[in-house]
Amino acid sequence: MGTADLLTASHTLELADPLPLDGGQDLAAVQVAYETVGKLNADKSNAVLVFHALTMDQHIVSPHPKTGKPGWWAKSVGPGNVIDTDRFFVICANVLGSCMGSTGPASLAPDGQPYAMRFPVITIRDMVRAQIALLDALGIEQLHAVVGGSMGGMQALSFAANWPQRTRAALVIASTARHSAQNIAFHEVGRQAIMADPKWLGGDYYGALSKGGKGPENGLAVARMAAHITYLSEEGMHEKFGRKLQDRPDGTKGTKTFGFDADFQIESYLRHQGLSFTDRFDANSYLYITRAMDYFDLAEEQGGKLSQAFAGSKARFCLVSFDTDWLYPTAESRTIAHALNASGAAVSFVELSAPFGHDSFLLDVPALDRVIKGFLG
Amino acid sequence: MTTLRPDLAIIAENIAAGSRALDVGCGDGALMAELRDRRGVDARGLELDAHNVALCVGRGLSVMQGDADTDLADYPDAAFDYAILSQTLQTTKRPDLVLEELLRVGRKAFVSFPNFAHWGVRASLLWNGRMPVTRLLPIAWYETPNIHHVTVRDFRLLVAEKGCRVEGEWFLSGDKRIGPAAAAWRAEHAVFLLSR
Repeated sequence: MGTADLLTASHTLELADPLPLDGGQDLAAVQVAYETVGKLNADKSNAVLVFHALTMDQHIVSPHPKTGKPGWWAKSVGPGNVIDTDRFFVICANVLGSCMGSTGPASLAPDGQPYAMRFPVITIRDMVRAQIALLDALGIEQLHAVVGGSMGGMQALSFAANWPQRTRAALVIASTARHSAQNIAFHEVGRQAIMADPKWLGGDYYGALSKGGKGPENGLAVARMAAHITYLSEEGMHEKFGRKLQDRPDGTKGTKTFGFDADFQIESYLRHQGLSFTDRFDANSYLYITRAMDYFDLAEEQGGKLSQAFAGSKARFCLVSFDTDWLYPTAESRTIAHALNASGAAVSFVELSAPFGHDSFLLDVPALDRVIKGFLG
Repeated sequence: MTTLRPDLAIIAENIAAGSRALDVGCGDGALMAELRDRRGVDARGLELDAHNVALCVGRGLSVMQGDADTDLADYPDAAFDYAILSQTLQTTKRPDLVLEELLRVGRKAFVSFPNFAHWGVRASLLWNGRMPVTRLLPIAWYETPNIHHVTVRDFRLLVAEKGCRVEGEWFLSGDKRIGPAAAAWRAEHAVFLLSR
């Protein structure tokens, strides 16, 4: 760990120019918080940009400042690791709209008040655009690779489609080229849960928070609970929880209480997931980022033809799906792979077997490690 | 070339350097790696088994997980100089349609297969009355992936029916190359180069 710590650094860049957004606005004074691991080589050719998923952040290796938990991909990124930071200079930036240091709805607008719902609706491409500006600032002309899982995969696709000269390879894990009706539906449940919380106050809850009060934590927790279900496989959930009952705090073995406490272990687990999420995430950020994901449709933004999206790309692509992922099922990755094939790109696609559902991309799947390592070369 | 399976070595020797090739049923990518490293071929693969695809990606090869029977349809016409189908034809559901697809996506196609009319196979059937288990066909009839056994003669007929041209043919007995004389029963393995 010692070496990794020494080579891990946190930074925040304020973009010199306003960031043009897909929605038509220019966003001034955009901050991009990012973490780097490893050393950029002399000709700046060994950089790997890793995009994080919906609720993650730039702390890819370093412990999360609020929870103290290890970086979200610390198991895969490091010296001699799957993404070997002895060779690669890994960059991970907090996405635009998030709440861990990059500009988002909780950030202060030019008038000194938090943006809240005055923050412009952003897109996946806007998130990538902010990171292109970061690469420009770092003087990195072309990346060795872009890598991302889930929403990170959407950014990797958007990057490769819109800035094809800026990377030599793109690795897209458990992702999709467009949000399906079902994807949007689950997100809408989450957003409505937040907005239905009386403490949401039309997004203007930051004042209450600063006075030690509460924001829409209940709504955000419900949103997280609904989303969390989509990250697990039914099989995995059944295996872990089944219909098992929760032991009571007083030590009595699990029984049905004939009430509405968390009798079932799955209820207790989801409540815990929901609550602990509210300690580290901003409800408005959740609204904005899920919106960006729902708007994502790579074919649409390229005139309807997905294969057209990659026409200008000479990059190598690799798409990975998991057989138990029903959020972004294999068919989605296959669609992307076929589009890349049709455009003549050098593309690999593999469906890996893993029991953990969508979350497999973050968990221990040795076959995934082999693919990542092999693909990055 | 020494490590390549003999039928793959024949393909590797006879492919034009710098061409584009699709290896259908590419396995662990041995042929693709050879073609890339020694012949400068831009090689792509299609492989059913996820573990094999992972191995290929690990070798820096571009391989799609997919099924020769269904997924060739996703490739554009004449996308490749060569389509390669080595020891896979006899495992497909519709070898005739796969053959058509090979010559649609590739301008030429290499097809290699174990010859079911090899004298060893004939003898086994004749003397034992049983489906042969041989070096090239090592699995019992009930679990073999080889569901469409084919002979050199059968293959020639299919090729003629489809109006394809045979541009080259090679035969193997054991690991040794043999001439075309009496290949119908002497060849354990055949490699054909076809075009439209």
